[in-house]
Amino acid sequence: MATITGRSELDASPSGDLGGTGRFGDRLFSGLATGSGIVVVGIIAAVAVFLIAQAVPALGKDGSNFLFDRIWDVSSSPLKFGIPDLLWVTVISSIVAMVLAVPVAIGVALFLTQYASPRVSRPAAYLVDLLAAVPSIVYGVWGVVYLTPFLGPVQDGISSALGWIPLFDNSAGTTGTIFIGSVVLAIMILPIVTAISREVFAQTPSTHKEGALALGATRWEMIRTAVLPFGAPGALSAAMLGLGRALGETIAISLILSTVPDFSWSLFSGGETFASKIANNAAEFDTPTKAGAFIAAGLVLFVLTFVVNAIARVVIERRKAFTE
Amino acid sequence: MTTETPTAAPFQGGLVVRSGSRVLKDRIATVLVYLAFALAMVPLIWIMWTVVANGWDLLLSAGWWTHSQRNILPEQVGGGAYHAIYGTVVQAIICAVIAVPLGVFTAIYLVEYGRGRLARVVSFMVDILTGIPSIVAALFIYAVWVTTFGFHRVAFAVSLSLVLLMIPVVVRSTEEMLKLVPNELREASYALGVPKWKTIAQIVVPTALGGIVTGIMLGLARVMGETAPLLILGPYAAGIATDLFNGPMAALPTLIRENFGQPDPASQARMWASALTLILIVLVLNIAGRFVARFSGVKK
Repeated sequence: MATITGRSELDASPSGDLGGTGRFGDRLFSGLATGSGIVVVGIIAAVAVFLIAQAVPALGKDGSNFLFDRIWDVSSSPLKFGIPDLLWVTVISSIVAMVLAVPVAIGVALFLTQYASPRVSRPAAYLVDLLAAVPSIVYGVWGVVYLTPFLGPVQDGISSALGWIPLFDNSAGTTGTIFIGSVVLAIMILPIVTAISREVFAQTPSTHKEGALALGATRWEMIRTAVLPFGAPGALSAAMLGLGRALGETIAISLILSTVPDFSWSLFSGGETFASKIANNAAEFDTPTKAGAFIAAGLVLFVLTFVVNAIARVVIERRKAFTE
Repeated sequence: MTTETPTAAPFQGGLVVRSGSRVLKDRIATVLVYLAFALAMVPLIWIMWTVVANGWDLLLSAGWWTHSQRNILPEQVGGGAYHAIYGTVVQAIICAVIAVPLGVFTAIYLVEYGRGRLARVVSFMVDILTGIPSIVAALFIYAVWVTTFGFHRVAFAVSLSLVLLMIPVVVRSTEEMLKLVPNELREASYALGVPKWKTIAQIVVPTALGGIVTGIMLGLARVMGETAPLLILGPYAAGIATDLFNGPMAALPTLIRENFGQPDPASQARMWASALTLILIVLVLNIAGRFVARFSGVKK
């Protein structure tokens, strides 16, 4: 899973500038390569430009405050749409997913790199990667049919103990709750967080580990004093990348979450995320303005994931600068 | 250097004497780490078991791999998933035809040519593309294809949005492989007077080919399971459709979605069987990709 680790260092040129002869073939080939690179940059720029260009006219016709009004009614005239509810459900479901997934992922990564023998570690790592191969719609279907009834009693237990906190209030009795969505998201981001943490833990200099063991540390003390401090920035950025994944997850959340008429701060309530809102209403994109309202929501999601991913990259880059 | 053995602590067989609480903490940590792995396996086994147990029968039934759902009512047993398998495979291939050259050439640029600011920007943008949610990619294509050009929602538009999701996978895996190609090979080629482009096309890329093919297969596996672009751009059709630019075309994720909404046992069985079919296709690509990587990768 090296493709997702942000290994993008532009280190010492493998080829230098040897061999470039300025012949036609050379110019054509380097033109193709550079052109492809520019196309990739162009695609991201085009995503931003097109989303902004089509969101802005719709925002102009928005009869409510886009950032603060809790309403989404695109069949009325004028259209009324605001994002605070979507933002809350998107962010809280992803954060809960991250909180659930990261400790397990770090445990699994430690198991694979520090505990399991190489003979066990290789197939075990492959099994964890398999979780990433399950399509998200299958997670969604499984979440609705099997996980929802299974987690019902767990939710009741939590809310009977902590129900006085608004976050754990279960009075609405929703079936497809944000909590269940978060558990499924946690399972979905587990392989990516594990893969990156595993990679950074495996890079711990063996001198650090051997030094700790030579001083009489137990295995756990060795991990705490050598592996974790070395891998912490990498694990942090893995967590952020997992968060970015969770924010944009569409179909599993769209199948699991019940839509509810009244907003609630509770994890045991339903709701819609940016992505599930767009997916649930895809059939309704009949006028440019209507589509524009959903594109505006998509734009906010794009910005949100962009920022989260950029932070993750910066953390990983800085760690690299520090260790190399 | 003094090599005195400590005399204060009684020698108990080990080199170092550890206090009970330290040993206990170590044991607890070990148990927790093993538990974490066991916990991660629970959903994998649960999901695989569920899908296989519920979908296996239909997969072996007559017509599943050869028939469509044309003229089959939700409560009716019968028909197959041929139309959806066809759609999924064709859309993925069209996507690959566009994404693979772009991705491979971008990787060649990053490894062989790219220096300075542009290379840094390209590399950063590939990272951003890695993190772009599939629904945003789909909305972007919708904004271009439907709103701007006024075309309909068709299979080709789905493929276009999948291109955005496949490019970063291909770029990163190709880049990784090109970096592993030993520099001596390039230098030997230059020393023989071979121009740079020929060196890349005939020495570097063939050496790294196994890894590049692996990346393409993993990329295909990723895009085949995507549902969000299909919801926005690829309406479901019950019959076999082959026109990429006209009318709806089925795909496995939309076949699952279609049957998910139907409570009848026949539809539920179809849903699980389609899920199993999709997982099988993705798994075969994954395993084949790793197999290629293992046996033809650049030897370090």
